[in-house]
Amino acid sequence: MKREHIFDHLILIIGALFMIVPVVVAFMTSTHDAVSIYKNGLQLTWGGHFEETYRAVLTEAGGFTKSVTGLTMLQNSLILGLGFAIGKIVISMLAAYAIVYFRFPLGTFFFWIIFSTLLLPLEVRILPSYEIVQGLGMMNSYSGLIVPLIASATGTFYFRQFFKSVPDELVEAARIDGAGPVKFFIDILVPLSKTMIAAIFIIMFVYGWNQYLWPTLITTDETFFTLVRGMKQILQVWIGAQIPDTNQAMALAVLAMLPPVIIVVVFQSWFVKGLVESEK
Amino acid sequence: MKRVQFANPLMPYMLLLPQLVIVAVFFLWPAAEAVRASFYLEDPFGFGATFVGFDNFTDALSSSDYGRTARFTLGFTAVTAFFSLAIALLLAVKADSVIRGASSYRTLLMWVYAIAPPVAGLIGVMLFDQHIGPLSEMARFLGWDMQIGVNYYDTAFAMVVISVWKQVPINFIFFLSGLQSVPKSVQEAAAIDCRSGTRRFWTVTFPLLAPTGFFLLIINITYALFDTFGIIDLVLKGEPGNNPVTLVYKVFLDGFRGNDLGGSSAQSVILMILVFVLTVVQFRMIERRVHYN
Repeated sequence: MKREHIFDHLILIIGALFMIVPVVVAFMTSTHDAVSIYKNGLQLTWGGHFEETYRAVLTEAGGFTKSVTGLTMLQNSLILGLGFAIGKIVISMLAAYAIVYFRFPLGTFFFWIIFSTLLLPLEVRILPSYEIVQGLGMMNSYSGLIVPLIASATGTFYFRQFFKSVPDELVEAARIDGAGPVKFFIDILVPLSKTMIAAIFIIMFVYGWNQYLWPTLITTDETFFTLVRGMKQILQVWIGAQIPDTNQAMALAVLAMLPPVIIVVVFQSWFVKGLVESEK
Repeated sequence: MKRVQFANPLMPYMLLLPQLVIVAVFFLWPAAEAVRASFYLEDPFGFGATFVGFDNFTDALSSSDYGRTARFTLGFTAVTAFFSLAIALLLAVKADSVIRGASSYRTLLMWVYAIAPPVAGLIGVMLFDQHIGPLSEMARFLGWDMQIGVNYYDTAFAMVVISVWKQVPINFIFFLSGLQSVPKSVQEAAAIDCRSGTRRFWTVTFPLLAPTGFFLLIINITYALFDTFGIIDLVLKGEPGNNPVTLVYKVFLDGFRGNDLGGSSAQSVILMILVFVLTVVQFRMIERRVHYN
């Protein structure tokens, strides 16, 4: 029995190391200077150049991308993550409210139209989507970056499921008290959905922040680059350099993962609940 | 649907309007456009298009390049899904059984979920780098001269390792929650009937996890097909050359680099059919899962 337990812990520790070590190496390497990394390879120990590297990456335009600083990219990532999460929650809550709580002629038809979006991910309709966004003049804009990503109905699906589980008696009571649909939505349904909203917000923020293919196509102007979108540029500049600034590349990778990782770790229970519940 | 509903002639349409407009402009229109373009041969210089029927499809399906890519995609998907699921299941079972440190293990094993595929790709590329990467150094020590981006199989190996690393956490989360929802009474009954932990796992726990497993299988196939784009793009550093690519990557290459709109669209439509089938299967699974519960 005892030995079995030690064995269990051993497997878990190996698993945890498998997940953690690559990121630790990335972070530790970012605290060394470029020349010593070039000579000695990636590092697992503290290098003491933390401040210099991160200040350079955050505030200096140049190095990797010619016209944009890490701070601007961080800001763009935030705009994409927040804009996507908030936009998606607002739009899909309204749509789910209409579908669940109203009786109207075309209800079922619209329901199926919205749900058809779950069938085809953006990746398989990427070229025509790109052409349409280009035709609408939305290249290199935040709206072009965010709005097309909202088209998928995942959020609507989650909220529909949740609204259906809210007891009918609440609507009855609200109607007897003379509350109309707007009042019911704002005073009863939204407060009831708080945990659900928080869970979906976390999932959607991480999803938006981590977008890659769509931003790669839509933003060609570096001032609109997000951190995640900038990864390939980092690598391409890195290949060309005589002594590659591996420390800066790793620092940008660390910055690109930090906000979503913090959110997921801090709000772990909500996040896991949202993820598991929403897939049912 | 609700027993009690509001009857308001205009309001539901107003509530649905934003979602419908976005769906129409950024989903229905491009999807229809992809299907339409797949039947046309577009002039690369933008001077009109000719209707060619199913030529784009037959061209795509019969080209040796497409066959090679399809075979790689199949193998890549199978290997990535298998290892991500197997490792995650092993870790979830262990994390479910230990008492001390259970919540720390859970956090340590799931947080990588939040890392974007291209970021994972960048770190992976560095770790596998021929000059500074510790992983290629280790491989050299074992007599394996690893050349990512040059050797076909070495590149594929790196893609799989990074993709598995990125996918284990989400499988872990679902397996663990599946394990925790196995009723205590069932576990106790099994413990009385059978002393061997391994046998108990295969005869009781594993079948109970099967619905979660099927569901995750679909998720993992979709992941390997689509979400690995960022990893592949970083490993290839945007220069595919002779390296393996997946079908989705090829749609991107042919459409945006090769300017072959018709061919790219035809490939998109083939993928659409594939995803459509997967999604239908997934919905059936979810229905069954709900029934079991």
